[in-house]
Amino acid sequence: MLTVPAFTWSRPTSVEAVLAEIAGTSRDDVLLVAGGTDAVPNLKHRLHEPRRIVHLAGVRELRETREDEHGLHLGALVRLSQIAGDARIQRDYPAVARAASLVASPQIRNMGTIGGNLCLDTRCTYYNQTFFWREALGFCLKKSGTRCHVVTQGKRCVAAHSSDVAPVLIALGAQVEIANAAARRTIAVEDFFVGDGVHNNVLESGDLVTRILLPAASRGRRMAYQKLRPRAAIDFPMLSVAVAGSLDADGAIEALTVVVGALGARPRTVGQLDAIVRGQAPGEPVWEAVAQAAHKQCRPLTNVPYDPDWRHDMVPVFVRRALRDAFARPA
Amino acid sequence: MSERAPDKPGMSIPSGRKMPREDRLKPPDWAGGRSAAPNDGGFRTIGKRNRKLEGLAKVTGRAVYADDLTLPRMLHGKLLRSIHAHARIVSIDASHALALPGVHAVITGRDLPSYFGIIPWTEDEQALCEDKARYVGDAIAAVAADSELIAEQALRAIRVEYDVLPAVHDIDTALAHPEWQVNEKASEGNLSKHVLLEFGAVDADLEASDVVVEAEYWYEGSTHAPIETHCALADYDPTGFLTLWSSTQVAHYLHRDLAKVLELPTQRIRVIQPTVGGAFGGKSEPFSLEFCAAKLSMVTGRPVKILHTREEVFYAHRGRHPMRLVYRTGMRRDGMLTATSAKIHIDGGAYSSFGLVTTYYSGQLLTAPYRLPAYRFDSTRVFTNKPCCGPKRGHGSVQPRFAFECQLDKLAEQVGLDPIEVRRRNFIGEHTRTVNGMRVTSNGFLQCLDAVEAASGWRDKFRRQPYGRGIGVAGSMYISGTNYCIYPNEMPQSAVQLKLDRSGRATVFCGISDIGQGADSMLALIVAEELGVDLRDIRVVAADTDLTPVDLGSYSSRETFMCGNACLDAARKLRETITGTLADRWGVPRGEVVLAGGQAVWTRDPAQHAMSIQSAFQAAESAHGTLGSVGWYQSPKLGGDYRGGTIGASPAYSFTAHVAEVACDEETGFVKVERLWVAHDCGRALNPVTVEGQMEGSAYMGFAEALFEEQTYKPAAVGHAFGLHHGPSLLDYRIPTSLDTPEMSSHIIESVDPEGPYGAKEAGEGPLHPSVPAIANAIHDALGIRCDRLPFHPPQVRALLKATDARAAWERARTSQRGVRAGAGGC
Ligand SMILES: Cc1cc2nc3c(=O)[nH]c(=O)nc-3n(C[C@H](O)[C@H](O)[C@H](O)COP(=O)(O)OP(=O)(O)OC[C@H]3O[C@@H](n4cnc5c(N)ncnc54)[C@H](O)[C@@H]3O)c2cc1C
Ligand code: SF4
Repeated sequence: MLTVPAFTWSRPTSVEAVLAEIAGTSRDDVLLVAGGTDAVPNLKHRLHEPRRIVHLAGVRELRETREDEHGLHLGALVRLSQIAGDARIQRDYPAVARAASLVASPQIRNMGTIGGNLCLDTRCTYYNQTFFWREALGFCLKKSGTRCHVVTQGKRCVAAHSSDVAPVLIALGAQVEIANAAARRTIAVEDFFVGDGVHNNVLESGDLVTRILLPAASRGRRMAYQKLRPRAAIDFPMLSVAVAGSLDADGAIEALTVVVGALGARPRTVGQLDAIVRGQAPGEPVWEAVAQAAHKQCRPLTNVPYDPDWRHDMVPVFVRRALRDAFARPA
Repeated sequence: MSERAPDKPGMSIPSGRKMPREDRLKPPDWAGGRSAAPNDGGFRTIGKRNRKLEGLAKVTGRAVYADDLTLPRMLHGKLLRSIHAHARIVSIDASHALALPGVHAVITGRDLPSYFGIIPWTEDEQALCEDKARYVGDAIAAVAADSELIAEQALRAIRVEYDVLPAVHDIDTALAHPEWQVNEKASEGNLSKHVLLEFGAVDADLEASDVVVEAEYWYEGSTHAPIETHCALADYDPTGFLTLWSSTQVAHYLHRDLAKVLELPTQRIRVIQPTVGGAFGGKSEPFSLEFCAAKLSMVTGRPVKILHTREEVFYAHRGRHPMRLVYRTGMRRDGMLTATSAKIHIDGGAYSSFGLVTTYYSGQLLTAPYRLPAYRFDSTRVFTNKPCCGPKRGHGSVQPRFAFECQLDKLAEQVGLDPIEVRRRNFIGEHTRTVNGMRVTSNGFLQCLDAVEAASGWRDKFRRQPYGRGIGVAGSMYISGTNYCIYPNEMPQSAVQLKLDRSGRATVFCGISDIGQGADSMLALIVAEELGVDLRDIRVVAADTDLTPVDLGSYSSRETFMCGNACLDAARKLRETITGTLADRWGVPRGEVVLAGGQAVWTRDPAQHAMSIQSAFQAAESAHGTLGSVGWYQSPKLGGDYRGGTIGASPAYSFTAHVAEVACDEETGFVKVERLWVAHDCGRALNPVTVEGQMEGSAYMGFAEALFEEQTYKPAAVGHAFGLHHGPSLLDYRIPTSLDTPEMSSHIIESVDPEGPYGAKEAGEGPLHPSVPAIANAIHDALGIRCDRLPFHPPQVRALLKATDARAAWERARTSQRGVRAGAGGC
């Protein structure tokens, strides 16, 4: 069996206790573990080699959900199976429930949390491998090495953002609350991610994701999520498309956001859509134009399995499908 | 590989050369034959839907697998593996590893220098490479430590100095660069084995054919991926006796090779096979971990266990060979096959494994269920710097079967005949001989075709569904064991000792290897049928070389046929003893005493003469002394009278037909197999539940190879060499999940073979073969593309759709079909 490395372990029971424990530590020293479905395989592969693990499972506050005038607040430890099965989310934010339901397998959704999904380490076929395999490869610059095997001339890691739920959260304008020993701050999920495959979010050491807010304004918008995966379970997205939009009183398109995942280190929001869609009647001609825009802007790489050219061809296909899905449904 | 004589004393005759003796051992003849029920009035246990003996233990977690075993003072071993695809080992410095607290021993190739290999003519492996590593993952050292974690740390502390050599990564490079020799035991360059056999006037007959189809096929490699990874636990005791528990399917061959490599007398080694969690051919030869666990135990004086990680299973491999196959097949306008010529290249990986047999099988097993009037195959296996390929379910014949059944589909289209009809017209028949001299006994292939044609609604679907939906057919045959042992000898291929107890219990001792297919249960069913003992009162003691007589193991689909026959004989002998005793005691004819349902009765008047089985055993024991018997099986002389003519010869062949129905997404290239109809002639289904299980499991595995699975390697790129497995994990090696798996319907066809136990043949491997071509042919019916390369995953299907005028091809196929329907009145 693959072993986990040796580490010390704690299981605090409040947010304050967690923050106190992680304050002033370095990111390589301490690893937060929520459901552990990403962290544990990564430990076994020696992708993480922390001295200490802080297990979040005992922090009740992080399990809470609450609805108010701002929207629906989901604690970081809310499980994916809970999100997928929640009637309120299915009604108001169906694409969130859908994306959560498409993660991995029932067992993993029962353990995996929304916070962990947001903070999921980026993935790459040259990185998510055992120590032995990576040693045979000569490692890569995301961990222990000096070279990238995907963009061979590149100086930056482009490992793929692979969370299913995050693209939907971005499309819906969701926000994330981050706490550390000094303060709590709230930012847009879109601004949470940065284009660096080694560490693709804004979290600093000492930071903890505490909450995610699904905004009231997005309740009931036209939305959909489409995921490209070879098998009907288990597989990470090889391409993912989240769309959210709205129609005006005359039934013309008022706003549309398209977010594509599993390309590079952060999900890509397709740009300059306003000019294409605003005021247009929803339907195939517009969808085709949006799909072509996405095709131009998105370039799949060999960081994710399966032929990148084929995945590139699939961008417009999945954008069209997501748009049809979103706008076929009554608001 | 040169076929030098094996350097084993007394075994100088290469088996491939010499025909089995005419006067070899012959099992007894039984009145009524082997296929008949022991008692009048039909079967009581055989043919009924029975549970497997070990089923409850498995689903309740009570079954004990190798890794469940722990012994006092046990150490954990791990193997150091090469990070280079091809490299000379200059030096190994283990001093830092040995200095770590908790590390007990490190061994290297020098400690186990003997060469071994499953086929005695191609012994080309060492437990640990001594001079050279031949693929990424080749084992070069082993450590024993207090825990797996410490053992892993020790591996990282071992310093290996390599001299990296150019690596051979595919068939063409292997042939183009003989000077980059992968395996020094090769007779020349990178040639592992070459076979060229020709039967009939192939070229002339091709010339005279009305249509000839020529195409190149590529069958991608795949691995077995059993749920249980390999695991071995060795315990060498102070008296010099070695016990090895291992997750193996060939305890007997392992036993022999352990003796050879460890230089211990065979009779001082005991090999035990605990419950095995799947094998599929991936555990049918000895592996480094078995020798290393044993050696480490000898060195440390403590028990040592080695468990493969999932990654290591991909390196140990011995999976399906990648094959490039070029076929030329001719047909007359009336749909009759004329001649077939095949040129096949086989990518063997770094070692021979069963490769000699694979190379023969790639041609020898194609000659039924259709009559091939003229046939030639020219097969070459090469060595490459990759994990070694070997036998995977349907060893050697799944790849050519794929190619040939696609050829048949193309030919049927060209002559405008329904592909099922073409297969019917070319049926070879039963009790006949193939063009390469194989004896065929029972043959239910036509009934298989009828069953899948009717069940699938073929006539309403083929060439009649809208674009994107399609249906396809394929057929196949497979062996029920081969007719001689891997190492030449005249001893039985399988044996059973049967012991009856005064308590009413029966115990079967047999070297049989149950790897989940239900082999143990099969023996119990036979004993229950013959002796009337309740199934729960039968114990099977299996695959323990101290306790059980030799059976050669679970490969070539041999267990039911061979162990079953051995068991049938052992049980019939005791049945005669018991019924004879009671007949004498009751003063009635022997034939009127029946053992059934836990009772011994006089059939004419059960009220007058009856007793429990327990009392019957006691009566017999009183009359004859302690009750026990032996049975054994040795196949008759079989095969063609030419070099290699015994390879592929089997006492009986199974036959299969599949129909696959697919729904394809033209836009993405996704193929969904909606349903597979599987009809299989297994001779007689001793237990229909397990036969269906094997049929479904086989069809599933073929389907998985068709659409998902591929054992492939990363291309060489800046900074790293070729030879890294693409993703040695079950996340990246995609086995279809239950959600991806098609609905399957199984149709058992019983041709009742005259020589099988109760007429049984095999069901474990045959039903895999047609899945792949049936799906390929269905994709053609759906989309008008020919998937000649595996796997048919979405990028590949999309690429074919883009590259060809698929719609036009699809239309053409319909027109040709309609023409025939209208003209010849349909099929
Ligand atoms: C076989 C398999 C298949 C998978 N398939 C998918 C898939 O299809 N789609 C998908 O999106 N995911 C997939 N995953 C990944 C993972 O299961 C999910 O993303 C899951 O939601 C992760 O949640 P977790 O609670 O288990 O995270 P953990 O493993 O506990 O943590 C993941 C990362 O997030 C950090 N983290 C966790 N919580 C916090 C917090 N509150 N604040 C700051 N940092 C935090 C951890 O330090 C760690 O780095 C798969 C995993 C496996 C093993
Ligand atoms: S993108 Fe490059 S640097 Fe990043 S993980 Fe992959 S190979 Fe390594």
